Amino acid sequence: MSELQKSSSGVPPRFSEEAMRQVEVIFQRYPADRRESAVMPVLHLAQREFGGWLSQEALDYVATIVGMPPIRVYEVATFYTMYNLKPVGKYHIQVCTNISCWLCDSDSIAQALRNKLQLSFGESSSDGRFTLSEVECLGACINAPMLQINDDYYENLTPAKVSEIIDQLP
Amino acid sequence: MTKIVYKHIHLENSHTLAVYKSAGGYQALEKALTLSGDDIIDEVKRSGIRGRGGAGFPAGLKWSFIPKDDRAKYLVCNADEGEPGTCKDRDILRYVPHQLIEGMIIAGYAVRAERGYIYIRGEFYREAERVQAAIDEAYAAGYLGDNVMGRGVRFDLAVHRGGGAYVCGEETGLIESLEGKKGQPRLKPPFPANIGLYGGPTVINNVETLTSVPDIILNGGAWYSSLGVDKSTGTKVFAVSGHVNKPGNYEVELGIPLKVLLEEYAGGIRGGWDNLKGVIPGGASSPVLTKTVCETVTMDYDAISKAGSMLGSGAVIVLDRSVCIVRAIARLSRFYRHESCGQCSPCREGTGWLSQIMQRIEQGKGVREDIDLLLSVAGNIQGKTICALGDAAAMPVVGAIRAFREEFEYHVEHGRCMVA
Ligand SMILES: Cc1cc2nc3c(=O)[nH]c(=O)nc-3n(C[C@H](O)[C@H](O)[C@H](O)COP(=O)(O)O)c2cc1C
Ligand code: SF4
Ligand code: FES
Repeated sequence: MSELQKSSSGVPPRFSEEAMRQVEVIFQRYPADRRESAVMPVLHLAQREFGGWLSQEALDYVATIVGMPPIRVYEVATFYTMYNLKPVGKYHIQVCTNISCWLCDSDSIAQALRNKLQLSFGESSSDGRFTLSEVECLGACINAPMLQINDDYYENLTPAKVSEIIDQLP
Repeated sequence: MTKIVYKHIHLENSHTLAVYKSAGGYQALEKALTLSGDDIIDEVKRSGIRGRGGAGFPAGLKWSFIPKDDRAKYLVCNADEGEPGTCKDRDILRYVPHQLIEGMIIAGYAVRAERGYIYIRGEFYREAERVQAAIDEAYAAGYLGDNVMGRGVRFDLAVHRGGGAYVCGEETGLIESLEGKKGQPRLKPPFPANIGLYGGPTVINNVETLTSVPDIILNGGAWYSSLGVDKSTGTKVFAVSGHVNKPGNYEVELGIPLKVLLEEYAGGIRGGWDNLKGVIPGGASSPVLTKTVCETVTMDYDAISKAGSMLGSGAVIVLDRSVCIVRAIARLSRFYRHESCGQCSPCREGTGWLSQIMQRIEQGKGVREDIDLLLSVAGNIQGKTICALGDAAAMPVVGAIRAFREEFEYHVEHGRCMVA
């Protein structure tokens, strides 16, 4: 699959002991003969453990953990947008531009971010700090406009607030 | 007004077991466990509650379809909340997860499902943490596990996070996703009630539907059906977004006039009532209502459907007169094109066409024939696809042309918008 990118580090991905404990917890959620159900949560975990994205090696590793053919894991990883198949910045900034946010001027939020970060949608900063993306409705429409940075939502935004939020990121 | 699913969300730490219990939580479960499964299903039927995820199918009837055979059965809560404009379930997940869990244990007991899943959209990371913490508390307190409240009933419950695909909100796409596959919907029949998760009989309900169950059991189906109006009983959360002064999630009885919802709850239209252009009443897929319709329509399944739209998920998106309808719908068409899973060609190709033609009209590059072309493309999608995403993509386009055809015409004739 052409979308898949090899890791550049050359170090084969391995879960830490703590991550392996989490894998065991994940498996317990599904019937014993339905381990494939764990593929999504294990991919989410792998993305967290391996620097925010999933290289082909990482997908192969998940395949061995879950006991699925690698091709099936590739299929899943490419279907869902939350699995990043190329490196992303330390802060993945995702701006909702769907209807409710657009009505509340998400255009100005997107513009403020482009100016502040000097990035277009889909680009990452060269220092690896930021990736800027456009996303579909994130389910926070009554607090539009909004964006997500990694695991957290930032809502009821204004261009000034956006700038502050970026400045305050550690 | 009576509140049900949001009645506790104003309490401090409402997400904790301690607060939920002190507000009367888990008493409905205690009562349910003294009833038979069929009694519970009858009570839910009597309540008249219809599914709050979009399709409005009667919940009690759905539960009664679960066969009484020996196969393992499953209960799945749909917390994918992906229809643009919809954000009502999020507040249940993060503020009253125990009420959802209690509703699920009761539903599981009623249909003899011993395992349940809450499928939460992946982006709701913090919400999933909240729900997981509540599940952990419920296990520790003996509400979940192999001996629920010491009554020898088994119910295990787990969170499954999605991965960012709207189509997984469709019930069979969701099942595929839970099974560790791409979330591509299945051809129906068979329906999930017969062959669902892992091939077993499966009930799938929306978060809001399941969260209503404890009060139905505690106060009775007759009490619930006394709220709202005929065929649209009970309360419903409307997520009012867009051009109102106080956007928010408002839980009200079904049948409330839309104008009252907007003026008295949502703080009125930005710039006053006369600045209203139209309302998308039930999430992105529901056809837009004109201001004239908004003057009188009531928020119940039948009234909205008679007005040519759908109550859907109850996401009320308000457009004032500054909005270019062509641009608004073009944005939605882009969404559906992006979210089509691609397995049926009328949807895969059709959503692509809709988006492309909408964009071309919006940019002033359209021609007159494009308007009818949109209708013909939409007609070739509707009713010809595996899941309802295809219809969902077609309906807003058809609805907007019906309600605001002159704006489409202005766009193609003048190469620009008549609004801005
Ligand atoms: C494309 C598509 C997306 C959907 N998304 C959701 C969703 O996010 N949440 C939901 O509860 N139902 C969603 N539904 C409806 C479900 O298929 C299903 O009808 C619902 O979960 C049943 O629960 P209910 O009867 O309690 O409403 C969607 C349907 C379609 C066709
Ligand atoms: S209608 Fe669209 S989203 Fe639904 S199964 Fe067909 S291609 Fe996939
Ligand atoms: S439209 Fe932006 S969060 Fe829903």
